Amino acid sequence: MAKLNLLLLAVLVACAIGLVTSQHKARKLFTDLEREHNRARELDVEYGRLQLEASTWGLHARVERIATGALGMRPADARRTRLAGRDAAR
Amino acid sequence: MSAAAQGLVRLPVWRARFVLGALALAFALLAARSVYLQAMRTDFLQEKGDARYSRVIEVPATRGRILDRNGDALAVSTPVKSIWAIPADVELSREQRRKLAALLAIEPAELGKKLAASRDFVYLKRQVSPDTAQAIAALGFPGVYQHPEYRRYYPGGEITAHVLGFTGVDDGGQEGVELAHEATLAGKPGSRRVIKDRLGHIVEDVESIRAGQDGVDLRLAIDAKLQSLAYGALKSAVEANRAKAGGIVALDVRSGEILALANVPSFNPNNRAKLTGAQLRNRVITDLFEPGSTLKPFTIALALESGKVTPATRISTAPGTLAIGGYTIRDVHPAASMSISQIVQKSSNVGAAKLALALPRESMWDLFHRIGFGTAPSLGFPGAAAGKLYPWKTWKPVEQATMAYGHGISLSLVQLARAYTLFARDGELVPLSLVKAGAVAGGEKVISTETARAVRAMLELAVQPGGTAPRARIAGWRVAGKTGTAHKQENGGYAADKYIASFVGFAPVSDPRLVIAVMIDEPSGGRYYGGTVAAPVFAQVMQGALRLMAVPHDAPLEPILAPDEADEAGEST
Repeated sequence: MAKLNLLLLAVLVACAIGLVTSQHKARKLFTDLEREHNRARELDVEYGRLQLEASTWGLHARVERIATGALGMRPADARRTRLAGRDAAR
Repeated sequence: MSAAAQGLVRLPVWRARFVLGALALAFALLAARSVYLQAMRTDFLQEKGDARYSRVIEVPATRGRILDRNGDALAVSTPVKSIWAIPADVELSREQRRKLAALLAIEPAELGKKLAASRDFVYLKRQVSPDTAQAIAALGFPGVYQHPEYRRYYPGGEITAHVLGFTGVDDGGQEGVELAHEATLAGKPGSRRVIKDRLGHIVEDVESIRAGQDGVDLRLAIDAKLQSLAYGALKSAVEANRAKAGGIVALDVRSGEILALANVPSFNPNNRAKLTGAQLRNRVITDLFEPGSTLKPFTIALALESGKVTPATRISTAPGTLAIGGYTIRDVHPAASMSISQIVQKSSNVGAAKLALALPRESMWDLFHRIGFGTAPSLGFPGAAAGKLYPWKTWKPVEQATMAYGHGISLSLVQLARAYTLFARDGELVPLSLVKAGAVAGGEKVISTETARAVRAMLELAVQPGGTAPRARIAGWRVAGKTGTAHKQENGGYAADKYIASFVGFAPVSDPRLVIAVMIDEPSGGRYYGGTVAAPVFAQVMQGALRLMAVPHDAPLEPILAPDEADEAGEST
């Protein structure tokens, strides 16, 4: 009887320690998860900022201004355009 | 051990019983106490416990982005900080105040006024950038706090201002698409209960009280490049013609999507300090005007549908005027007779009026009604105008005659553009969409394919030399369209020297892809015909658009020469 009780006591202690450890692990993992969530949010915010920046730099009006101004480009007029259609490829 | 000693330690029984009883009593007390705490006072204790480590935190929701059809950002919310203060707690030296005012970019006097307020809470400045907020936090002034907010940025600025609208200081939609799609864009902030440790870290999620939901991104049908092209062309035309305002809209014939929609004057949605009502108006959708000759093709289509005439039928238009009930309709180019095609090409009012008078009022009203005049387009856009189409029973002959060439009826530019999909889509009217649809939209058949093609051929003649809009032609693609020049309505009558010049057309004629409608309000640079003021804008935008969309050419790539004066038919107004 006493042997069985001792055995049960040992099992109980082991279980208790196991519970504490798993709780600790769960909390640790949870903080990690929380941290990653925050990071995801931050990255999302940064993505939005970068999108804004890309749109601002890539604004059609700006591209056109630089193309015509700084680079001296202009649309090809009809006189200087040759069409390479499907028929021409043959 | 000795026997004597054994005999001496015999204790009375009651002592052992006493100790046992005392221990049992102690246990009973403990048990009672625990029953009391667990069963009777549990709510109070739970509450106290929760108050010490359990917290309800808000889960903020970000507002959805608005993207163009290719995924370029048109409107993005990014977090900013609002700086607020409890005036009673703020104790700053003069030097510190100056520093804070400089960081906030406000006058020190204004800051002083805000801090002198007797309220418990005062905003010092809303929506400052995160960098500035950090600098202010680093100063560590007592009584000055900040809290996160969102601010919406519009990289397209004035180019996309009218389509997108804008949001208020609390990031809620107030105009345009921002308002129309508020429900999906706006996201719902959630909240959850968590357990925090001594350092403020969240250690456990207890429950989710309300699941938060971020706003959904919205992909518009707008093409940012085309939009920019359209706005630029419209703006320079409005400036060159010293016009009061202007509008332009481009539709995809197949899907009914609105690829570009711009108004002048515009505003910068990122800085709305000085706004006037004129700048805010989305004329294309909310303003009505009398379209003038751009309505003639519909009268002609109805006449052709009736089977009484063919494109070659000649109508007597002599002597270039037509008197009905005390009102005289005039032509700029009087001719003895004209074919139906020429009526469109030369934009003859007399011819159109005569054709209309031969048609039953009811059928004319029916056509106008079916192509959406008098009904607000189902765009889901706030303030979309329905236009004025009076019931046919009230029409007098003179009204029917003037309606044939677009007077006595008013509509918005987007309604007019949509009506033209009739000719671009072989008689089908397409439903419009501001949101990217992608698929080919099913149209509603209104007129027969033959009639639509016949009118399309006439509209192509109108942009040839000898028509009213040779300036609408572009190199490489066949174009068709119709000009409109209408006197403006003022105080119940027509103003003699104020016009609205318009042009609606589509291209390429062999397989139409785009309808573009242009409207210029009160051009006062000396020219006012739709063919000289609005048609060049159409040509410029259409050419750019067809190139952007890589639409195959259906005409030889030959330079288009500027039309001679003689080649250009002036328009009857």
